[in-house]
Amino acid sequence: MTTAINHQPPRPSFLKATFAVTWKDLTAEFRSHELFSAMLVFSLLVILIFNFALELDITTRQSVTAGVLWVTFAFAGTLGLNRSMAVEKDRGCLDGLLLAPVDRSAIYFGKAISNLVFMLIVEVIVLPVYSFLYNVNLFNPGLFLVILLGSIGYIAVGTLLASMAIQARTRDVLLPILLFPVAVPVLIAAVKASEGFLAGSDFSTIYAPFSLLIGYDVIFIAVAYMVFDYVVAE
Amino acid sequence: MQSKPLTLKILDIASVLALAIATYLALIYAPEEAMMGQVQRVFYFHIGTAWTGLLGFLFAAGLGITYLVKQDIKWDIAEVAAVEISAVFFFITIVLGSIWARPIWNTWWTWDPRLTTAAITELIYVAYFMLREGIEDPDRRARFGAVYTLIGGLSAPITFLSIRLFRTIHPVVIGSGDPNATGTFAMTPRMEVAFFFGLFAFTVIFIDLFWNRIRMGQLAAKVEQMKLNLMH
Repeated sequence: MTTAINHQPPRPSFLKATFAVTWKDLTAEFRSHELFSAMLVFSLLVILIFNFALELDITTRQSVTAGVLWVTFAFAGTLGLNRSMAVEKDRGCLDGLLLAPVDRSAIYFGKAISNLVFMLIVEVIVLPVYSFLYNVNLFNPGLFLVILLGSIGYIAVGTLLASMAIQARTRDVLLPILLFPVAVPVLIAAVKASEGFLAGSDFSTIYAPFSLLIGYDVIFIAVAYMVFDYVVAE
Repeated sequence: MQSKPLTLKILDIASVLALAIATYLALIYAPEEAMMGQVQRVFYFHIGTAWTGLLGFLFAAGLGITYLVKQDIKWDIAEVAAVEISAVFFFITIVLGSIWARPIWNTWWTWDPRLTTAAITELIYVAYFMLREGIEDPDRRARFGAVYTLIGGLSAPITFLSIRLFRTIHPVVIGSGDPNATGTFAMTPRMEVAFFFGLFAFTVIFIDLFWNRIRMGQLAAKVEQMKLNLMH
């Protein structure tokens, strides 16, 4: 043997580490269904409550569908974010993850991707249910794209803030208070763009909220990437 | 803790005087506005507090970044001071604006971009204090506070842009006016004196409060350290 033995285990690549964290979350979730079922049942309940709160008759439906959908997604997203981070904290998993010899932002991206997957699955189920219950056609590729972009922005900030919120004494109530005021732009832009696509407006009117969504996503993913180290540092 | 520096004592007196003069200029010296009447006089303080409040938030975000880079607790103390004073100033701005809007816009509140952004910005900084409140470890509290001011400082302008997608009725007194704005007016020289002195007065008051609040923050950090020492 001429080659020296390397005692150090090889450092996994950034992408590999990210997907390992995502994969861990998805596997745990597909075995327990804890988070997903809670988010889904909660979303359906929110939609039902809106039916009574807003008297969703045919004319109202046209104008409020985008708003109702985004409020539902935002609430369900908060529920999911809180739970996905609380699980890590409760059983000391976060410390274990932090000990892993990987870039810490890989943990952030891993968690964010799994949170995004949960949110998207819930949305994929809520959309046809909403269509069915309220007889509104939501099959619209533009709307799907807006939902994807909006969810990315919401989860990007949400994952970062959730990892701060779970370390606080008041963690059960803190996340929505921290998240909603800073997620306002993404929600406004998403509602505006969704409304535009649902009403079949010309793209020139949707262009402004649409580009705001992309801008928000880029800015906040970059910020989260830069500051996540400070959030989990001991 | 050393006793209050002389410069700060002078600054204290200067800010009280500045506030008195600004009040005189706004309430008596400046002429009554022809269209809106006496209620227009809140404008001088409205802009003064808004200006310092907004700059204070940006300043706080800058201090937050400095803290994250330098990891020295003094930057955190300064950041809390800036956010706290700005939050109060900004609240005063909103209340004064509301008083003005009641007769001019015929409503206390409207979901205009500036008003909405102001309300959301204020809520961001309320959330900031709730976040800090929930964390005992001083280092972690400082780090989280810095991260949140940074996120808040970035998100507030984007909120403004996103609500700009709707039209505005808020008057633009300095710079170009929007034809939809209600309550715009042109300033006479005497009004300008009151206006610029208002800006100056609130800047002085901000600096004075900021300095005092930093001293208070240093004392609070000291007390907290003593408590921790006692417990161990």
